[in-house]
Amino acid sequence: MTATYIVKTAIISCLRTPLRSGKAFLLQARCLGHAKHLHTSAKRQKSAHVDLTSERYPKLQRGPFATLTDADVTSFERIVSGRVITEPSELDGYNTDWLRTVRGSSKLLLRPKTTEEVAAILSYCHDRGLAVVPQGGNTGLVGGSVPVFDEVIISTHLMNNIISLDEVSGTLVCQAGCVLATLDDHVGQCGLTMPLDLGAKGSCHIGGNLATNAGGVRLLRYGSLHGSVLGIEAVLPSGEVLDCMSTLRKDNTGYDLKQMFIGSEGTLGIITAASILCPQRPSAVSVALLGCKTFQGVLDIFKQTKRQLGEILTAFEFMDTASMELIGENLRLSNPIGASPFYVLIETGGSNQAHDEEKLSGLLEGLMEKGMAADGTLATEMTKIQAIWSLRERLAEALLHDGYCYKYDVSLPLSAFYQLVIDMRQRLEGAATRVVGYGHVGDGNLHLNVTSPEYSQRTMDLIEPFIYDWVAKQKGSISAEHGLGFKKRDFIYHSKSTSAVTLMKQIKNLVDPKGIMNPYKLLPSK
Amino acid sequence: MSGLRVLVGCKRVIDYAVKIRVKPDKTGVVTDGVKHSMNPFDEIAMEEAIRLKEKSIASEVIAVSCGPPQCQETLRTAMAMGADKAILVEVDPATYEKVQPLHVAKILAKIAQENKIDLVLLGKQAIDDDCNQTGQMTAALLDWPQATFASKIEKTDGELKVVKEIDGGLETVTVKLPAVATADLRLNEPRYATLPNIMKAKKKPMDKKKPGDYGVEIVPTHKVIKVEDPPTRQAGQKLETVDDLVHKLKDQGLIPS
Repeated sequence: MTATYIVKTAIISCLRTPLRSGKAFLLQARCLGHAKHLHTSAKRQKSAHVDLTSERYPKLQRGPFATLTDADVTSFERIVSGRVITEPSELDGYNTDWLRTVRGSSKLLLRPKTTEEVAAILSYCHDRGLAVVPQGGNTGLVGGSVPVFDEVIISTHLMNNIISLDEVSGTLVCQAGCVLATLDDHVGQCGLTMPLDLGAKGSCHIGGNLATNAGGVRLLRYGSLHGSVLGIEAVLPSGEVLDCMSTLRKDNTGYDLKQMFIGSEGTLGIITAASILCPQRPSAVSVALLGCKTFQGVLDIFKQTKRQLGEILTAFEFMDTASMELIGENLRLSNPIGASPFYVLIETGGSNQAHDEEKLSGLLEGLMEKGMAADGTLATEMTKIQAIWSLRERLAEALLHDGYCYKYDVSLPLSAFYQLVIDMRQRLEGAATRVVGYGHVGDGNLHLNVTSPEYSQRTMDLIEPFIYDWVAKQKGSISAEHGLGFKKRDFIYHSKSTSAVTLMKQIKNLVDPKGIMNPYKLLPSK
Repeated sequence: MSGLRVLVGCKRVIDYAVKIRVKPDKTGVVTDGVKHSMNPFDEIAMEEAIRLKEKSIASEVIAVSCGPPQCQETLRTAMAMGADKAILVEVDPATYEKVQPLHVAKILAKIAQENKIDLVLLGKQAIDDDCNQTGQMTAALLDWPQATFASKIEKTDGELKVVKEIDGGLETVTVKLPAVATADLRLNEPRYATLPNIMKAKKKPMDKKKPGDYGVEIVPTHKVIKVEDPPTRQAGQKLETVDDLVHKLKDQGLIPS
């Protein structure tokens, strides 16, 4: 309970010196648990034991890879001297995923600083037949960034150089291990913003974002990474460096190979650097939180919002009443408006506060008058904007306080969107602590989460494959933005055709004939 | 006795989530194009005033702000929270840099007298200059009792019982009305203005005045010599082993060798 302790200290110190800086005190007292702390606080939350993946999934077979020897460690020591970690206690955090649902038993962590070092490491592993798993901020949600068995972990932590920023074109070039929030602060100094934003921004690495084709709350405005990434440098499993580091917006010369790495989840190589097109940072930001009675009401508001806010709309998120209760009970965040079955969060970003506010209040006035919104509030002050956003962004963290979290991230046609939550709730009656629905309704992306005090095979069997069949029937996607990783790879056929998966396998075999790159991930086991 | 008439000071300050930048000539901080909001302690004072009104202890809540025209937004926010009306004492941006707590206290005292105010509620300090003077000065000018750093306010017959947090415990003071009280952080948690109230606030009355209307001339009584960034913290050093640490501490003479 670190957080409580800090609050108390802050209170005591403020009491002692009531005249100390009010600003500093407020920052200390109110900003606790900001996204930056998300990672660590959740980790410290429970020291409960996490089952080894190989034990929880007994049918799983280790691939025909070599086993690490002392001679290997010595060789790696020559490549990345002083950055070879074998101490089991230090490896623990790298072996376990953030959700504490899977745990590998890797004996080795390497922390390269340069592309050349990554190339040397992979070349060695390729020759020896050692399997590897690349890892960024380890904030993945499908068990894709931690070892399944004893794969060597290659962390991008020390690859955190920002190489250049062209203020005119807005092109950022950086190494793969840069933390998203750090990059956003950096480009922010030039009035630019990163084209993606997500709850884990304080921990996640840009390389991991690219490898998983992370979505997040700004996708509605700036589109997917397939559009904003201009170039990628990656090391192939053989150790060869693939240079696709273009900084050009337009470049139609042959196959666009970088696209293959976006969303490849580390199965084709390790992304070491990227160039990204950064849009102008909106100087005026406003956030509205609305309550409405039905999910159809959420969709009606969405339609109206697009019509009236058009180009300044940056995010349109929804959460249900179970989500609001969750964040209230587990994180003690209070709901600023009256209780409603559904909540909508609208963010606008533009260049003129007065214009944007006029548009936004026009919309809100209309929604209230027509009875489309039951209640609501509008925030233009940063503090309040952050407080409202944390209701939505800290849901993932709040879920972990319940114990085990069964996490689903699906794309659905809006007509069927919320029905899935209703059906799951009915199906899991008595078998789950709660079933909550929230997500990027503007992108047709639902986050459905189920919790129980601990992992239960019975609950799991009720959820899977039912949920995937349900989504497939609606022609949705079983993974909208989290990827397949380890946990969802066997359901790939629910969303992709046999011919598509066959071609994926052929590509994988061509690029990684020995299969050492992040095995047991993305592609189905059979 | 009819309800209290409450005057609440609402200073417009740089939002506390903004990273403050010092002007290159060290005369102050950069305010242009920077997000501003209501001083958080004033927001707490406003919340308390509205709660008094909701309990029918107060009959009218008036918000007041001294500063540039943008203070209107701060006052609209105050009215959206629940203030009945607002007074903007407008000061042009150049003159505003010279405004000091004594000027504001004089203006507040005058407004309190003119409007037959029973209770002046202010934040204990503003987070920009951290002066913590305006409440005390206002009380002195009016010759009213003061209850500063309030963490709890209760109305008893003709008196106000105020609890404040001090070293080692809580202190309770009672003051006769009319009085001046200033709000500490834990007095309450301010509400979010709801949409219907934001809309209603647009139609609430806002008086525009000048310092001269209250006989106050903005002549600074003290001079700001310079404004500087706090010293940057020296980067720490990571040591590999406990032995290294012991060695280092000995080298620095921090532990006996």
